[in-house]
Amino acid sequence: MATPRNRNINVSESSRPVLPRHAKLKFDETRQVWVILAPERVLAPDEIAVEVLQLCDGVRSVADMVDQLAAKYAAEREAILTDVIAMLQDLADKGFLTEAREKTS
Amino acid sequence: MSPTRSDAGVAASDPHDGLAVLEARGSTAEAFGIPLAVLAELTHRCPLQCPYCSNPVELDRGGSELTTEEWKKVLTELAQIGVLQIHFSGGEPTARKDLVELVQHASDVGLYSNLITSAVLLTREKLSALADAGLCHVQISFQGNEPMVADRVAGLKNAHEKKLEVARWTRELDLPLTVNAVMHRQNLHQLADIIEMAVDLDADRLEVANVQYYGWALKNRAALMPTLSQIEETSRIVEEAAVRLKGILTIDYVVPDYYALRPKKCMGGWGRQFFNISPAGKVLPCHAAESITGLEFESVRSNHSIAWIWQNSEAFNRYRGTGWMKEPCKSCEFREIDFGGCRCQAFALTGDAGNTDPACTLSPMHEQLFKQAELEAASDNNRFLYRNFSGGTLETGDNHGA
Repeated sequence: MATPRNRNINVSESSRPVLPRHAKLKFDETRQVWVILAPERVLAPDEIAVEVLQLCDGVRSVADMVDQLAAKYAAEREAILTDVIAMLQDLADKGFLTEAREKTS
Repeated sequence: MSPTRSDAGVAASDPHDGLAVLEARGSTAEAFGIPLAVLAELTHRCPLQCPYCSNPVELDRGGSELTTEEWKKVLTELAQIGVLQIHFSGGEPTARKDLVELVQHASDVGLYSNLITSAVLLTREKLSALADAGLCHVQISFQGNEPMVADRVAGLKNAHEKKLEVARWTRELDLPLTVNAVMHRQNLHQLADIIEMAVDLDADRLEVANVQYYGWALKNRAALMPTLSQIEETSRIVEEAAVRLKGILTIDYVVPDYYALRPKKCMGGWGRQFFNISPAGKVLPCHAAESITGLEFESVRSNHSIAWIWQNSEAFNRYRGTGWMKEPCKSCEFREIDFGGCRCQAFALTGDAGNTDPACTLSPMHEQLFKQAELEAASDNNRFLYRNFSGGTLETGDNHGA
């Protein structure tokens, strides 16, 4: 048997992360919080995680996202890059991010 | 499946990662907020006859089931009051001809939908239609890792092969897959192979759930009860696999409470974070609650709203919190940790749902229960009583109920 593939991606500046089909980011009107809906779980990401996750559309690269955040907050790009990659890697390790796939159809 | 899990807030959260588990918090509030997830038992009809079926022994007949329009109204109402996830279960939910329509409606009102299925009635076209309707996640039950054991437990020929086929379609359609494996004395020897099967099927998650003994499973306890050494071996296999398969397969493990020292926090506590809706529309604190006689459960067909039933009905309030407790629960330091264990198990084994769950070492019945489990596990009674609408059918040497 071939070694099963590891589902978790390695996040780099060139990654184009996106939420996998089974994870949905949504605003919960009743509780007035953002939530990630996943099989058997409901998670509440904090404000920063929500802002970054909303940029994860499978088209933008991490580099683009960091440029956008650096401009918005007039902050040093390197510091934001480090923080964003750490956060995205953590979300990826928990199964809430995947790499955008080229559709052949 | 998750409703049989001892603690709904099972996922641990790391305080540094910007993610909190919503379930575990909030539930301590006195106001009992609306649950995040609800189990919809669409039907009790099922082509399988598993001897540990979690449905009540008194099954709802097809004619009493909620109509398509009634279920749609329920889904809309659930979304409005703040439910986020809906688990479509049964019986076998795909036995309902309107399942695609109901999944589509769940998507339309913003509910995250999960299908808990035996898979044997699914075609690739039907599964594809469910995916198009917005289904978010599929859970397929397996009774073993090969047909000999699996088809005998299910009481249905060729069930295992069909399940494998549907599991492959699920992944081909890019739907996330959970393999549900219900474990007992007669299939625990296959656990390591079931884990490999889940990896081969490219499942995301595996639930290893030991049988919980009420209803049908209680009738079959002598044929299902594992030995203590089997349980120890199971825990070892699960722990080893969880480390080895990190990033490949998530494994959730439910231990059998007969061999535990402390009872499970059943349903996260009665009426605290979970309810389910029966095929006929009863709103229940757990899927086995109707086994407790003397409790009246309100229906979605009544003139009460679902939120009113959750907050105000007698059945939900009877065993909520700690006010109902007698000794030894009443003064126990764990009373708000496990809420006295499982009400259905207390009722089934002691005749009073207000007693301490005998799974707890503080219950006067615990010692007797443990001894009985050991005796039954050591017995050679392997014959099943298959689940069906006529009160069950005993396995015979040649038909295996199939």
